[in-house]
Amino acid sequence: MSDRLADEDHHDEAPGVSRRGFLSATAAGGVAAGVLPSVLAGPAGAAPAGAPGPHSSTLSVTVNGRRHQVTIDNRTSLLDLLRERLALPGTKKGCDQGACGACTVLVNGRRVNACLTLAVRCQGVEVTTIEGLAAGGELHALQQAFIEQDAFQCGYCTPGQIMSGVGCIREGHTGSREEIREWMSGNICRCGCYVKIVNAVQQAARKQGS
Amino acid sequence: MYPFAYTRPADTRAALAAGARGGRYIAGGTTLVDLMRETVERPGTVVDISGLPLRDIRMTGDGLRIGALASMAEVAAHPRVRSAYPLIAQALELSASAQLRNMATIGGNILQRTRCTYFRDVSAPCNKRQRGSGCAALEGYNRSHAILGTSDACVATHPSDLTVALAALDARVHLLGPDGERAVALTAFLLRPGETPDREHDLRPGELITAVEIPPHPAPLRSGYLKVRDRQSYEFALTSAAVVLHVTGGVIRDARVAAGGVGTVPWRLTAVEKRLNGERPSERLWARAAAVAADGARPLRHNAFKAELLRRTVERQLRTVGGTR
Repeated sequence: MSDRLADEDHHDEAPGVSRRGFLSATAAGGVAAGVLPSVLAGPAGAAPAGAPGPHSSTLSVTVNGRRHQVTIDNRTSLLDLLRERLALPGTKKGCDQGACGACTVLVNGRRVNACLTLAVRCQGVEVTTIEGLAAGGELHALQQAFIEQDAFQCGYCTPGQIMSGVGCIREGHTGSREEIREWMSGNICRCGCYVKIVNAVQQAARKQGS
Repeated sequence: MYPFAYTRPADTRAALAAGARGGRYIAGGTTLVDLMRETVERPGTVVDISGLPLRDIRMTGDGLRIGALASMAEVAAHPRVRSAYPLIAQALELSASAQLRNMATIGGNILQRTRCTYFRDVSAPCNKRQRGSGCAALEGYNRSHAILGTSDACVATHPSDLTVALAALDARVHLLGPDGERAVALTAFLLRPGETPDREHDLRPGELITAVEIPPHPAPLRSGYLKVRDRQSYEFALTSAAVVLHVTGGVIRDARVAAGGVGTVPWRLTAVEKRLNGERPSERLWARAAAVAADGARPLRHNAFKAELLRRTVERQLRTVGGTR
């Protein structure tokens, strides 16, 4: 573990290359060269461009308004498609079993767990991730509220919290702090920022309602 | 996860054909994908039925018919469900999370598999996963396991809240298969483990759940669902109680009570109902009826507390729904 951390630190220090940028570039290269099969669940890495085999499919999906056509291993989750293929690492992988909410995105406007969504089922759907929330250089009201309310510490659950909060506000479940807590319960925060997360959702809901 | 072929049939006939060839139906996918990742489920072909026209929620005379592909969120938000059968909406909204309820369907909720940690761990013996391999829960950590309907082969709890409400309402499951349509009472559809815990339901090869039907009930009907758990939200039940009461002239004419979190299947508490029918609501009656809620329980090493918790859960929910006078 310490070796791995040291390794990542090293990349951090590479001039002009951020850790995220480096990792993204590595992942993209891995897809093309087929050297990261474990990350990409197998044949998706091995046969990226050709005709899909019996266990892979080609689909067209719109993410944050941009249409993508991809050939994927049928096992690929929407979460892995976003992070590993479309270079959108804002959506986080926490538990990878639908228990933490870190991977929450909007699919056709409804909040869902991207880890339990098979990407192959997303033919023709519209996905919104945290990267697609800001419009015209302006943060979404809930993003701004998270900053103003200081609603995070480590930040790992934050993209999922915000996407879930957007869904919660759209669904109209912000009538009281108790209601927000109940309807946001699918998003776990290990740092325990729940009080301020509720503040932020409440603030954004009021702003959008006014 | 093991490799699988994927198909999305355009109509029900094509779906049934794919199912008859051994394909595994996927609806919301919240259970199946999770278990495929754990390699508990290893389908060769996944048949995506989300495009089939099975989403309708409609009143049928005095009853209600819920399409199998209606999401938990849709059903819980449906105005007629909320007014006529509040316990269904409550059971749904006390389940899972808002995200999962947007994904998961009613048919899938009924077919969801147990949360027993040994079932989910392919390195542990489990008769439900592999008949005859043994049960790690019997001598293992079994705090969340069942005390009713268990066998020496399996003590896994059925995790659904919805089915507890449906059991109380005498719901019927509508099925469509290669041999045509049929309907089965929910309580007969879900099977107790016995010697064959791998057989969880009366679903024939290739059959699909098309709808759940709630038969007409006498009015006025009062109902509610209470769920008791380790944390306040987003958690499975330790115990739960669904109560449905038809009271006229100050007398309980028809009582229906079911329990969750305690059974290998949703558990109708007929002994409790018997003590309620024909009686006048009172504090004493609730206590007297709830006293037999856990009769026949077979507690394990870590879950003996569930018997007393169940009696108290039932008593409280009888009071909440029935009131006192």
